[in-house]
Amino acid sequence: MMDAGILSFGFFQNAILAAVLASIACGIIGSLVVVKRMVTVSGGISHAAFGGVGLGYLFSIDPIVGAFFFSVGVALCIGIVKEKAGQEIDTLIGAVWAAGMAVGIISVSLAEGYTPDLFSYLFGNILLVPQGDIILMAVFSACIVAIVALFYLPLQAVTFDEEYARVMNLPVTALSLVLLVLTATCVIILIRLVGIILGIALLVLPAASVRGFTTRLPTMMAASVVLALVLSLSGLFLSYAWDLPSGATIILLGAAVYAVSLVLSRFSPARRWGGGTRSDRRLPQQEGPEGR
Amino acid sequence: MTRTGDPRMRPVIEVSDVSFGHNGKVILEHVSLKVRKGDFFALIGPNGGGKTTLLKIILGLLVPSGGTVTVLGQPPGRARSRVGYVPQFRTYDFSYPITVREMVLSGRLSHARFPWARYTPADHEAADRILERLRMAPLAERPVSALSGGEQQRAILARALVGNPEVLILDEPTVYIDAPTEVHFYNILEDLRKDLTVLLVSHDIGVISRHVTRVACLNRRLFTHDSPEITEDMIEAAYQCPVDLIAHGIPHRVLGDHPGEGGSR
Repeated sequence: MMDAGILSFGFFQNAILAAVLASIACGIIGSLVVVKRMVTVSGGISHAAFGGVGLGYLFSIDPIVGAFFFSVGVALCIGIVKEKAGQEIDTLIGAVWAAGMAVGIISVSLAEGYTPDLFSYLFGNILLVPQGDIILMAVFSACIVAIVALFYLPLQAVTFDEEYARVMNLPVTALSLVLLVLTATCVIILIRLVGIILGIALLVLPAASVRGFTTRLPTMMAASVVLALVLSLSGLFLSYAWDLPSGATIILLGAAVYAVSLVLSRFSPARRWGGGTRSDRRLPQQEGPEGR
Repeated sequence: MTRTGDPRMRPVIEVSDVSFGHNGKVILEHVSLKVRKGDFFALIGPNGGGKTTLLKIILGLLVPSGGTVTVLGQPPGRARSRVGYVPQFRTYDFSYPITVREMVLSGRLSHARFPWARYTPADHEAADRILERLRMAPLAERPVSALSGGEQQRAILARALVGNPEVLILDEPTVYIDAPTEVHFYNILEDLRKDLTVLLVSHDIGVISRHVTRVACLNRRLFTHDSPEITEDMIEAAYQCPVDLIAHGIPHRVLGDHPGEGGSR
């Protein structure tokens, strides 16, 4: 069981630092991903990142660095193809998702020698975050905070109403690509915590859980950061106490919180305003421009 | 295109011989129209007649396969900061966490410069002014998701107007709101018209209110007499079937002349 001394262990300090950095990144980016409804795209990017891990092994580069460049490349490709293909990118995402992982599996099998920590790239291990990766995570998180802070208003405009942002002459394509690259960056930050397979869940679950209780994007981001931190620290202590895999523990906690939030959001302040039910006030969504 | 020396005489929106096709289907065929300063121009026609497509070409969101368009003397897309747009359906997500004030303020981004970091005091003043004018001020801090259909419509209108546009383009703005709200909406528009040129699209000839100065029917081709009247031959040409013009309790003046209104300009 836990004892008071665990905080003094170096690996524990690293784990807590990693949790804080990852929570900041995924609270901010996760909120944008959830409100923009890009969960599937983000899932594709995060799973395809395994291709970069495999290539890293194959060419003796740090797998995390390989994963970063690979997933940024995948994010840019998806963004550019989406621009050309319009809304029909479901299949593309599915293909990229699987193809990226296939690249990883083949590369790993071609790589010479033993690949000891492959499992930790797939499912994460918060207790084994190397010092070097902490620095990488800190740099990436700082970049995410800085870019979102600098471009907050246009990012809000693009995620809120893409067509209107276009009418206002905002560089919608460039901003969407920025958001995709930030998502890829965030996925890399999450690898050490919950791994490639589970990363999408930690990215999305905190933001989705707080959504029903927040009425503004900045509050949603802040609440997501806090919830992500609570989840990852709880997961960290539970996995330490009961010797469970940390990544999976964090994700299961997140899923449970999300389920509870779905029930509780019926009574949330965000719904307090006005009368009637939501469906009364719902206008039809655009189904596609006339004549296209 | 013709350009006279007096800029006031130049059409605010000029569409010349525009055609548009998609997937082998002709949607617009040799459409020409001029919207002049101060017009309240109503574009009517059946669903699928190409009205939204024409608006998107005017806004520069779609590129025509033939013909030219100018808006305020510039190619479409260049003058966007001087154009307000009220889309056909809500193009945004109902449950997005944003307040009415934030949504309206976002309409000021068309004036902002890279990297659009902050709203200026002038932006906030403009938002306050338009919220006040549309009687939305008490709702300013509410989340958009808590608005009724009519309130959302006014919020969308406020976002379109907050940039002080010279032209307002509305695409079926009242389809999903009830009749009293619709009347209120058109009263607001009438009030705003003094400083605006308005281009309004509808599939429902019933919305053609007494405010309209010119009207045209669009069903792939454009049918117009360059007047505020809808004539039966225009309607029948556009809808390709006889239409009962009395149907929706349309003001009687839709048919035939009405002294003192519209007329030659």
